[in-house]
Amino acid sequence: MKNICLYFQVHQPFRFKKYSFFDMGKEHYYYDDFLNESVMRKVAEKCYLPANNLLLKLIEQNKGEFKVTFSISGTALDQFELYAPEVLESFQKLAETGCVEFLAETYSHSLVSLHNKDLFKEEVKKHTKALKNLLGIKKPKVFRNTELIYSDMLGKDIFEMGFKGVLAEGAKHILGWKSPNYIYCNPLEPKLKLLLRNYNYSDDIAFRFSDTSWTEYPLTAKKFASWIASDENEESQIVNLFMDYETFGEHHNAATGIFDFLEHLPTAVLEEELKFITPSEAVSSLDTVSPMSMPYPTSWADEERDVSAWLGNEMQKEAFDKLYQLAPLIKKIDNKKLKRDWEYLQTSDAFYYMSTKWFTDGDVHTYFNPYPSAYDAFLNYMNILSDFSQEVHKLISPSNKKDDIIAELKEELKHKEKQLKEYQEIIKSL
Amino acid sequence: MKVLMFGWEFPPHISGGLGTACYGLTRGLSTFEDMDILFVVPKTHGDEEPKRMELLGAENVAIDFSKLNTNRFKKLQVYSHLVPYTSPDEYYAFQEQSEESQIKHIKSRGKTFFNFTGKYGKNLMEEISDYSIVAYNIAQEHDFDIIHSHDWLTYPAGIVAKEATGKPLVIHVHATDFDRSGGNVNPDVFKIEKDGMEAADSIITVSNLTRDTVIHKYGISPEKVTTVYNAVEPLKLSDNIKKESKLDEKIVTFLGRITHQKGPTYFIEAAKKVLDKTDNVRFVMAGSGDMMEKMIRHAASLGITDKFYFTGFLKGDDVFKMFYQSDVYVMPSVSEPFGISPLEAMQTDVPTIISYQSGVAEVVKHALKVNYWDTDALANAIYGLITYPSMAKTFKEFGRKEVESLKWENSAANVRDVYFKTLEKTNN
Repeated sequence: MKNICLYFQVHQPFRFKKYSFFDMGKEHYYYDDFLNESVMRKVAEKCYLPANNLLLKLIEQNKGEFKVTFSISGTALDQFELYAPEVLESFQKLAETGCVEFLAETYSHSLVSLHNKDLFKEEVKKHTKALKNLLGIKKPKVFRNTELIYSDMLGKDIFEMGFKGVLAEGAKHILGWKSPNYIYCNPLEPKLKLLLRNYNYSDDIAFRFSDTSWTEYPLTAKKFASWIASDENEESQIVNLFMDYETFGEHHNAATGIFDFLEHLPTAVLEEELKFITPSEAVSSLDTVSPMSMPYPTSWADEERDVSAWLGNEMQKEAFDKLYQLAPLIKKIDNKKLKRDWEYLQTSDAFYYMSTKWFTDGDVHTYFNPYPSAYDAFLNYMNILSDFSQEVHKLISPSNKKDDIIAELKEELKHKEKQLKEYQEIIKSL
Repeated sequence: MKVLMFGWEFPPHISGGLGTACYGLTRGLSTFEDMDILFVVPKTHGDEEPKRMELLGAENVAIDFSKLNTNRFKKLQVYSHLVPYTSPDEYYAFQEQSEESQIKHIKSRGKTFFNFTGKYGKNLMEEISDYSIVAYNIAQEHDFDIIHSHDWLTYPAGIVAKEATGKPLVIHVHATDFDRSGGNVNPDVFKIEKDGMEAADSIITVSNLTRDTVIHKYGISPEKVTTVYNAVEPLKLSDNIKKESKLDEKIVTFLGRITHQKGPTYFIEAAKKVLDKTDNVRFVMAGSGDMMEKMIRHAASLGITDKFYFTGFLKGDDVFKMFYQSDVYVMPSVSEPFGISPLEAMQTDVPTIISYQSGVAEVVKHALKVNYWDTDALANAIYGLITYPSMAKTFKEFGRKEVESLKWENSAANVRDVYFKTLEKTNN
């Protein structure tokens, strides 16, 4: 029996306000509250709330047969608390059903995994803690890195953190003739199981659903389920449908019928004798067929399925390097505001906006992009980073003026005492 | 197809983007087998690059005609003091140079020969009408299918040629008086421009910015107006220019006529803002124009003249020397129909900041764009480019490629399309 794993990524970054070099040294609040709140409210009303309600209804109707999986970034959780607490509540309700799994990731939806293992682990811990506090989730068993970034070496790090499984892209250039519909394992840590995204089926929903020029338009749940049921050989274990949660109501608005599709999906899938499964169930119940090596970092972004959307050009590399140069200093400071800024500065979206690839790669990169060009994104980020760096350095070496003054005074005192002695001796000799 | 083109002088006698554009376009058209061009220009000097076109003077028509019939391209020169990109109010820079050229070009009047000697500016309108009389003669003596006039000074010539022969007229709008005057349009110029646009069967504009001006300010029907973007000639430079070493300090350059249209004030104000924050930078304003003295006083009043330089008018290789010395090129134009010089800066790997109020902003992706009045944003962009090294690197990597893809051949192909559509339209 084939399984379907339905997973949604939920993420919102803290977008920065327009920050010019005039602001450096004067203004230390970096966020565009209005923009962040309005995007969050808009997406909450168009996607998160109606989709959560629908999922809740479907879970109740199907009595344990329908299961979905989420990963919610720490920055998104923060924004729910700030701007849309009712979304957080509805996720809590979903968590209580027992049919919804939440995956671990980095707190700030960052690229830290590509920089440093220890920092990476800290970031993941922080996220796991937030999941527990806000949604009551106990330690997740399966990990999903930012935008499905994964490689053999990262798999090793992830296994060391205690995860049993990890989500990754079923990139064609990696898979070759192999099918993404099986459980694979990391070649360095064979106990770490890989769930690979089936990008054909996933993109049927995420990208093509509302495309009227697509030969399969309109896509119905029944048609979709029958494709999966009749596809390939009988033995395939799992079809992984991974996508942005914003697919529902935001990338495709409600008028396209995307919610109807979702509503009828469980029945259609169950009628085809397919089964819904969560990643942790898959990891514990399905056997590995073979190791799968991914020597270089892959992701689910763009045609290339690599990390060039975030670290492809010189500007992105400079920004990334300058940011993580501060990491050792951040450890030493104990300042709530700066620690929070540190998280939000790491969010991968900031680097995504600096990509020069979107000039050719269509409009996915421009989605919610507040900048007119990659250059403007870079300028703004670097100005903020410069100010942040100055603030951090101030705390690290608090100008030792006091000590200096005391030392000076002591020196003077010594000198005076010496003089005094000399004078006393002169007096004695007189 | 035979084209009668009223254009402007070729390199090396360039006094603005118009000559460059005419040259590039004609060269581009010359790559098409089916294009025959008779090129009429005012005031040639005799040392232009002939390439595939031949030079003819209006006075010489009768004399040289047989000799110059061999190539598909011919160029007629008409002795006139018309200079591109000028208006009656704006001839400051040219007045100074005009004495010498007057002596050179005075020729005796013959029966069929025309000779324009009026002092520039004073009799501009007379010059234009004299020029159109020549156009009438040329039109009657030559065989062609379509007429193409570049910018307002030659619109009347185009109209006359159309009236004389009944052939369709295409006018090419490189600028309008709204761009040159900053809104205070000269009614005489406006009338000539509007007459030209109304008489034309098709209008080519150099950007959508200019297209909007033509449609909304001159009340022209949108179907008649097509945008054809300019391009840039591939760069050929002698090695000695490239090898010159740079100063340690960063150089930020404004290069262009110092007139209201080019926004020099905003450049100076942004310079002041950058200099308030950082010291390791110098600013250069290269060019001349009616606002130069005012700008020098402005820089002095802001107290930045120790870091701010005026070079005066640059020509030929000096332009590219300046680019090679520069770390940032700024074009803060208030109203720029197209603007080729940012493309030249990009060819020499200079990161470029342009105003949204320029046609070139519609074509170029790898440049920073600001609103000309937003001197804070301009200062911020300059600061970023001189402070964060990877930005300049990225510009170099992508900017050069982008510019290389902007070829005159492509622009010429679009112009050719306009010709064919116009002929089709007028034949029906």
